[in-house]
Amino acid sequence: MTSTPARRPRPAFLPTAILLIGAVYCLLPVAWVVAASTKAGSTLFTSFTFAPSGSFFDNMGDLSDYGGGIYWRWMINTALYAGLGAALSAGLSGLSGYTLAKYRFTGRSVIFNVLLAGVLVPGIVLAIPQYLMLAKVGLTNTYWSVLLPSIVSPYGIYLARIYAAAAVPDTVVEAARVDGASEFRIFRTVALPMMVPGMITVFLVQFVAIWNNFLLPFIMLADDKKFPVTLGLYTLLNRGATEPALYSLVITGALLSMIPLVAVFLALQRYWRVDLLSGAVKA
Amino acid sequence: MAVVTSRRGRRTAAPYAFLAPAVLLFSLFILLPVGYTAYLSLRKVQVKGLGLGRGARSEVFAGLENYQRAIADSQLWSGALRVLLYGLLLLPIMLGLALLFALLLDRPRVGLRRFSRISIFMPYAVPAVIASMLWGFLYLPAMSPLNYVLDKLGLPEPNLLSPGSVLFSIVNIAVWGGVGFNMIILYTSLRAISPEIYESARIDGCSELQIALRIKIPLLIPAIVMTTVFSLIVTVQVFSEPLTVRSLTTSVTSTWTPLMKVYRDAFAADDLYSAAATSILLAAITLVLSFGFLRFVQRRAFGEDR
Repeated sequence: MTSTPARRPRPAFLPTAILLIGAVYCLLPVAWVVAASTKAGSTLFTSFTFAPSGSFFDNMGDLSDYGGGIYWRWMINTALYAGLGAALSAGLSGLSGYTLAKYRFTGRSVIFNVLLAGVLVPGIVLAIPQYLMLAKVGLTNTYWSVLLPSIVSPYGIYLARIYAAAAVPDTVVEAARVDGASEFRIFRTVALPMMVPGMITVFLVQFVAIWNNFLLPFIMLADDKKFPVTLGLYTLLNRGATEPALYSLVITGALLSMIPLVAVFLALQRYWRVDLLSGAVKA
Repeated sequence: MAVVTSRRGRRTAAPYAFLAPAVLLFSLFILLPVGYTAYLSLRKVQVKGLGLGRGARSEVFAGLENYQRAIADSQLWSGALRVLLYGLLLLPIMLGLALLFALLLDRPRVGLRRFSRISIFMPYAVPAVIASMLWGFLYLPAMSPLNYVLDKLGLPEPNLLSPGSVLFSIVNIAVWGGVGFNMIILYTSLRAISPEIYESARIDGCSELQIALRIKIPLLIPAIVMTTVFSLIVTVQVFSEPLTVRSLTTSVTSTWTPLMKVYRDAFAADDLYSAAATSILLAAITLVLSFGFLRFVQRRAFGEDR
């Protein structure tokens, strides 16, 4: 808060304390992983778990050496799946949402309602047949098998439609039309710039959704060179049951994998529109 | 098809052209798979003779046999009951905390507001698999700070990964991962309410607690319904958290949740047909549970459509 009423200068104790307890609870595992990533594998089980040590760069070196640097490959794969997938998804959602919001045409509500029902389809109903279908065309265990199913997002289209309806005035579209601009040019040069905050929001929501979607790469990919970082670390963790030395790689890898996404959020937080997600958008 | 609002031909074609990529991808990756799953759920493999040689195994129509088997399967039922208990714990705790934090953030005179908001929201940016690894290590008796402290005090140490407690441990992972996102949704809805509504209540001597209970919560009902239904859809499909925790303990079986059973049936047990039937059942339950939501969203956000 920047302006506190002069009559009540001090913050209320109980609400502040409850929120801080919540914040500590949410930071606790992160604080632990930061401390644990500084420990040598041999002391992981013996020293007090929040006490840091000096082995972070050794651990990072071990992680980078593991499997010929495959960890960094997983990170690049993740950036590709989530970054490219979310960018394509935001573009597609923007165009579709704008169309559904700004045109009146036969079949509009049918198309919209079928897309909206897609929000409710559980991922599992899709994962098995997607695997079988992609296997038929020989695309399983390729980058495409994770990228292609991630592009169309019913939720993204739904959000883009709300945002386009609120942010793009009909009169502006009509004026561009009178000037003789083509329909696609109107979208690209008039509507799209007005929709940027909504598109950033869709991009971030999709980025997190793809990053978080474990089932799809788990089912589609067999070659660990194509794994996203979540799947790669999961396989390391699984092998750690017999090789506990791998646990310190998992810990360091988990910490490093969290940094880019948190950075993207902090960098974009002033541009993204949370009110869009709560349905309370006022552009 | 009727020509709608256009004076020129290209304007009627444009919306269809713009929607074509989305409709194509949606059909390929959502509609077609749903149909394919429904089809598979009605099929089975018939083995002729000893099942050896080419043509001995063929796919035939099975009617509702896969569904009958799924419903009679005790593993599926115990998984479903587990997820029911998980949901009954998770939804009230997660959404209750999200509501509490949102109301506190919206209150006047709160210190370190920005720090708390960002910290509580931060787990949204951590994938469930990574979150489960962090918490899973914190639960491991050999590494847990809780066990360390209790050991130093000479008190009995709990095993948070034992068969009796692992469900609660997984609920905690999901609460941690979900509370911030729901808090932000509710908080943003609160910010959209005009503060003038509270001013007169304050002048009349209402406490902040009374304002929260009597004014803010009733106005938040639509947002609470929305977050509940979204959380419900995710809850029914719980998969990544127990699968990851399974790497650290034997307390989680391979059919611990219905979705884990679907995965095992389809890819480990090679029984696509019962996996398909089970996933259709799961989808049906999700649809029934969330149908109210669809109506709600349509009425709230797209009232002009009717």
